[in-house]
Order: sequence, then C-alpha cells, then structure tokens
Amino acid sequence: MLIYRGAEAEIIMDTYLGRKVIKKKRIPKGYRIPELDKRLRLQRTKEEAKLMVEARRGGVPVPIIYDVNLKEFTIVMEYVDGERVKELIPKLTERGRKEICTMIGKNIARLHNANIVHGDLTTSNMIFKDEKVYFIDFGLGEFSFEIERRGVDLHLLMEAFSSAHPEYPDLFNHVMEGYRSTYKGNAREIEKKIEEIIKRGRYMK
Amino acid sequence: MIALGIEGTAHTIGVGIVEDLNDKCRVLANIIKMYKPAEGGIHPRDAANHHATHLPHLVTKAIESAKIDEREIDVIAFSKGPGMGPCLRTAATAARALALYLEKPLVGVNHCVAHLEIGRGTTGCEDPVLLYVSGGNTQIIAFAKGKYRVFGETLDIGIGNCLDKLGRYLNLPFPSGPIIEKLAKRGKKYLDLPYTIKGMDVAFSGLLTSAQKYYEKGERIEDICYSVQETAFSALTEVTERAMAHVGKEEVLLGGGVASNERLREMIKKMAEERGAKFFVPEKSLCIDNGAMIAWTGLLMYRCGITTKVEDSFIDQRFRTDDVIVKWRE
Repeated sequence: MLIYRGAEAEIIMDTYLGRKVIKKKRIPKGYRIPELDKRLRLQRTKEEAKLMVEARRGGVPVPIIYDVNLKEFTIVMEYVDGERVKELIPKLTERGRKEICTMIGKNIARLHNANIVHGDLTTSNMIFKDEKVYFIDFGLGEFSFEIERRGVDLHLLMEAFSSAHPEYPDLFNHVMEGYRSTYKGNAREIEKKIEEIIKRGRYMK
Repeated sequence: MIALGIEGTAHTIGVGIVEDLNDKCRVLANIIKMYKPAEGGIHPRDAANHHATHLPHLVTKAIESAKIDEREIDVIAFSKGPGMGPCLRTAATAARALALYLEKPLVGVNHCVAHLEIGRGTTGCEDPVLLYVSGGNTQIIAFAKGKYRVFGETLDIGIGNCLDKLGRYLNLPFPSGPIIEKLAKRGKKYLDLPYTIKGMDVAFSGLLTSAQKYYEKGERIEDICYSVQETAFSALTEVTERAMAHVGKEEVLLGGGVASNERLREMIKKMAEERGAKFFVPEKSLCIDNGAMIAWTGLLMYRCGITTKVEDSFIDQRFRTDDVIVKWRE
C-alpha cells in the first residue's frame, strides 16, 4: 500500500517475512533523461543503504534494513511506528521541545562522529518512538570527514526549523546543546563554520 | 486602481503600468531596456548610467502606450531591492521624483516577491511554489505562515549566472542562455556532471568547472550545453518538487529570465503532471525583469494601506524575501 509519495521515492507499506515493513522505491522521473535518472537512482539507493547501516552502528536510531534491490531501486526496512517530529513539536511543552531537540542534537553528533552527514535534516525526516528519535531518509546523505559538510548539515536543520517552525526560535539552540555534549571533535569549530555559512547566504545582513 | 512601477535591480530598466480588474492584473504598458556590457559581466555603474539615460523616455512612452493621463495613476512603485546599488538608486530616484511631481504615494517593492505576485496576478495560480530563476537569483519561494519564505536557494551562483559564465568561456555573447538552449538541442552525448543538491538547496559552481574541463578536453560545445542544461535543470526541478512535497502545495510557478528556457519549462511541467499538480508560467515579458510586476505588487501593497514615505524610501541591496510583511494575503 502506497503511504507516501515523496519527491524522489514512493514509500510503500508492505510485509516481509511476516513483518510489517516499509519499502522505499526510487521511481523514475520523466523530466530527467534516462542516463541521468538511472545514475541518480542507483547511486542513491546504494549509498542510502550503506549510510543506514553505518549510522546504526554509530548508535543512531534508524530503521533496520532487511533487503536492498539494485535492479528495482528498492530498500526494504523496519517500519517505525511513531510520530513525525514535525507534527509532534507544536504539541509539546517548552520543556518537551527542549528535550527532543537535545536528543536530535546528540543523534546528529553521533552521525558526524561516524563520519556521516545526513544531507536532509528536517523535522519531516525524524520519527519519535519509545523515547527515541529515529532518523529516516538518508537519500541525500554521504560519508564525509569535512567540517564544511557537517556545518552545512546543521545549517540545513536550522533553516528547516525557521521555515517549518518559525514560532519556536530556540529549537536550534537546544539541538546545539545536545550536539556539543556528544560530538567528539571540536564543536566550536563546527559552530564557527555554521556562522560562516550563514554569512555566505545571499542577502544576509 | 492604476499603478506605475519602475524596475531597476540589475541589467534591465523597466517601466510598467497596471490596473486591477476583479483582483487580477491587467497590464496596460510594460517597456524595458536592457544594458548589455561590451565584454564581461555587468558593471553596476555603467548599468546605472544606462538606466538613467533611458528612464525619462521609458516613463513617457509607458504612459503614452497605456493610453492614460498621468493624473490617473494612483501609486508609484519601485524596486527597493535586492540588486545592485547604483541601479537600484537610479530607479528609486526616478520613482521619488515622479511621486513628488504627481503628488502620488510611493511604495518600495521587493523584487523577488514581485516575480511571484505577477504570476498570481496574471496566470490564475493562487498559492504556488515559485521557482525563481534568473542571472543573480535562484530561489524556491512559497507562502507559509504569513510570509514569503525561501525554502531553497543556490548556495553559490545563480543558474543564469552559471549559464552566462559558461557562455563567456565558450565565447558566446551575453546573455548566453538562449544560445546555450539552441546549441543544447543539437547535443547528442550526455557527459557526466556534478549534480549538487543539499536538502532543498542547489549549487552550480562544481558543474561549471567540470563543463569547462570538458571543453578543454575537446568535447563538442553542443554536448556540453546539452549536459549542463539537463543536469542543472534536473537539479532545479528536483528541489522544486521537494519543496512542493515539503510545504504540501499543488501549484508550481516559474519566473525569472531563465524561465524562458523551453527545456526547463518542459521539465517543470512534466514534474507537475507526474505529481498531479498544476504548472503556471507568466508570459515571457512578465518572466524577465520588468516594471509591470513592480507596479502590480506595489498596487497590492497600496491597496492594503502600505506606502513608503519619500524620506524612508531607501534602497536595500540585500532585501530578503522573508523581510516583507505580506499584509495583502492575510
């Protein structure tokens, strides 16, 4: 059963060996020429599976992968039956928001400690279940040692907060608190990078 | 109600006159003059001199072709920003003079918002995601929580700028977009190029460098143009679709000079079809920088009581899209 049609993939509710699972299928895009379309779908399916395995190894809650099919561009994974953080945030108390953001920050730090950048950190890509924040959709993720990429990763979340939750300006500060507590490198270096990226943006004052 | 708008953010100086008719925009006049540098990119001072030379004549001609009396104009609008300082100042000075002379109110307009409003005013879309693609700007804008917010944008150079830079490298004249489009039609071989997306943002400098390397290696210009268009426009289409999915909107609007490109139009249209959304694009003269879009946005602002006093009518080179209070959509 199709439950969500994203920009690049269909999210299908399915069963696999008796388990309730999510099948992520990268669909062909009619607007792209076939050469480019296949290249992107193949690269992204492979990379996403690898990233999810490594993220889990690094201590970040992510769905377990059951199967990867590179001919059909599908990944079959655990169904995380929780609530999207995007919808959850407005329902929480100030304190609840702070707690969940700190968790998010710690998760991001764990990803970065494992040399992974998520590439699409938004509250739509986070699911809250059993007191844990699961990260999903590693479709734009990559392995990287670069401070720049880590800064961009966090900056993206900052932007996502300001567009999706403009009424709560403190969310990102709470994320950074969690991040600082868990990141193994020099967090100040990352914060400086974020400031630099903000200044690089167009029409900043 | 009738508004006169003056646009002057970059290479184009334009004067437009519009009227509201059942809440839709009727363009009475829309005249532009475009500065083309002898070589290289835009020199802001040169462009401003060009604008100052042509503006008085453009104003007279616009009023004439609108077939109105100048006293019928209710409000004078000007592009407050973002853009190049000297160009913005030239347009603003003319607007101030005109407002004082005609004793009409003045209103400063955000150029990016005007690209979206002219689409809403003339194409029949109501609440679109705008893909705004021009030389300097590449943004994905949509209305959310009382403001026009930028959901995605370029992290380095605008798509039009990317095409112009490629054109200069390939010894094509400025603006290179239309020539690249023609050459691309004769492209046969797709050359792999970096496809850079970060969330809903895009980047083009890596693609530009790679394309230049292909040229040095002796690849056909046609194939390079084809591959650049396919790669860059696919990335733009993808982030636009991502923004639509993210904000849950069913309309997509194209705007900006690069919106003239047939291949880009085709791709956005196809994307919209595949997801059951509607595709809109204003007529070409309203896609490129023009005075009518400034006039129309100024009219919308004036109608809900927004005016700019002459003494407060500063330009703002870095005027952000989300700095605009969108009273007219409440």
